[in-house]
Amino acid sequence: MTELNKRAKQFMDALLHIDADRCSMLLDNLSSQGGDLRLVEDVVIPALEQIGVSWEGGDISLSQVYMAGRICERVVGRLLLENTCSIYGRPRVGIGVIEDYHALGKRMVISALRSSGYDLLDYGHGLKADDLVERALKDQLDILLISCLMLTSAVCVKDVVAGLRRAGSRVVVVVGGAPFRLAPMLWKEVGAHCMGSNSGEAVRIVRTLMEDRIWE
Amino acid sequence: MGMTSSQRLQIALSHREPDRVPYVLSANMHPARQMGLTIKEYFSRPRNVVEGQLKLHRMFGNDILCCYPFAALEILAWGGEALYCDNGPPNAGAPIIRRAEEISLLDPPEVAGNQPLQGVLQSTGRLKAAVGNDIPIAGVIISPTSLPIMQMGFGPYLDLIHERPDLLERLLLINTQYCVAWANAQLKAGAASILYSDPAFSPAIMSRDFILQYGLPTAVNVISRINGAVMIHMASGTGVPVVNEIFRAGFVGMSASAEEDLGALKSLCRGKLTLVGDLNALAMGSWRSEDIESEVKRAIALAGPGGGFVLSDNHGEIPLMVNEDILLAVADAVRRWGQYPLNWINAEDV
Repeated sequence: MTELNKRAKQFMDALLHIDADRCSMLLDNLSSQGGDLRLVEDVVIPALEQIGVSWEGGDISLSQVYMAGRICERVVGRLLLENTCSIYGRPRVGIGVIEDYHALGKRMVISALRSSGYDLLDYGHGLKADDLVERALKDQLDILLISCLMLTSAVCVKDVVAGLRRAGSRVVVVVGGAPFRLAPMLWKEVGAHCMGSNSGEAVRIVRTLMEDRIWE
Repeated sequence: MGMTSSQRLQIALSHREPDRVPYVLSANMHPARQMGLTIKEYFSRPRNVVEGQLKLHRMFGNDILCCYPFAALEILAWGGEALYCDNGPPNAGAPIIRRAEEISLLDPPEVAGNQPLQGVLQSTGRLKAAVGNDIPIAGVIISPTSLPIMQMGFGPYLDLIHERPDLLERLLLINTQYCVAWANAQLKAGAASILYSDPAFSPAIMSRDFILQYGLPTAVNVISRINGAVMIHMASGTGVPVVNEIFRAGFVGMSASAEEDLGALKSLCRGKLTLVGDLNALAMGSWRSEDIESEVKRAIALAGPGGGFVLSDNHGEIPLMVNEDILLAVADAVRRWGQYPLNWINAEDV
């Protein structure tokens, strides 16, 4: 993680103070100078990644990460819509929660990714592993994100991976959530391709997979 | 004649050294498997829970018993539903507060006549009759500030905090009324103390501003009205930055997270707050015998000296996937390495 530039720092500071107006002003001001996608990449994504790192380091709370994501989604969404700035065409990304009804982590990842210019399909929570496999195959996903809070849910990821493999799918399965943080080898044991420790890291992982053009 | 669990805990809570480190392995779902019952069947009858808790004591030697089934009980009590699964605790079903405005018309459930709560009270009463004063029974409440996570869903609750502080304050008042009544009913039924489950008091979950503005005053209010000792449990949440607030609130002890330095926590809590923890319940399932030994010794060496420590897992609930052999080995290691005085600590580099 490189050091934040001045604009990203200002933006992050406004996010952590839950100051949506200041966030909008900062982005509007920068947007008027042109290059909205660049703005997202230079300011929004680094700020969200740093927020994720700060949470992992115990410097900020989950509630601040959540609110930052919500504000970001709103102000960036407005900016992209107003300027009809297109999002990335690939990868095709979907997210869901299996055998569990805790949806905050999923919500935070969605906010972070949408704020970073990625669209993704939200399959909801309380899904059976088979349902998620079916939907991932139907939508021909490149990346499937699975958010978990409960251990029972985390263990079920292996059923999703097995289902996808049986169908011959090459979709990359990325997991995240408390069970994977507290049991650091669990993501490998359930057959996931990688694990994100926070919503900012989810953005970094998707971006890396995109740069690697994993669908080719 | 050895000490009873009650005597052992009383001394440990007074920040003195009893005969050995007290411990509790919160394997509250495991008896269901041993009795050939589903989680739902097991918790649906008070007699199962009593039998299960006695089994846990016989198998592992737990120094604390507990009849509280799972957090989603609270949603059942408020008229919602619990979503059961076969290999873990049930989730809370759909939120009972669907729109923030509904808080204006919300009333807390009465403990008397509330079937889910009465089931826990019956279990507690029967268990108390079986164990007398030898083994303490812990009652549990979900704090007024953490209850809305289930009542509304976490996202909408966070939105409420920032957008409708007026309704937030009303909800906390309603929840406080409920929590106090529910805690006192458990004490009356035979619980010796109350575990105040409050992940929202952890700075890993909520901002310091929220904890100071709402978490601390709410805890002070609730504790002042509960007729017994109260300990806070943050369900794996870290607590180092809020030790002073926890002490100021009037708690007698706090949970220790596996995600923070137990030694640092102990030095902040010594003589003030008893620590409960901090074995990693999620990693425990893959521990080998040498891991068990070293983890138990680590925790005892860091937090055991001087008393004020109860060895337990960090979350307050050990997953069903952790098998009984591992738990037996953990219990055995605590009994071997937890004998006071802990002279081995200075002799070994732990």
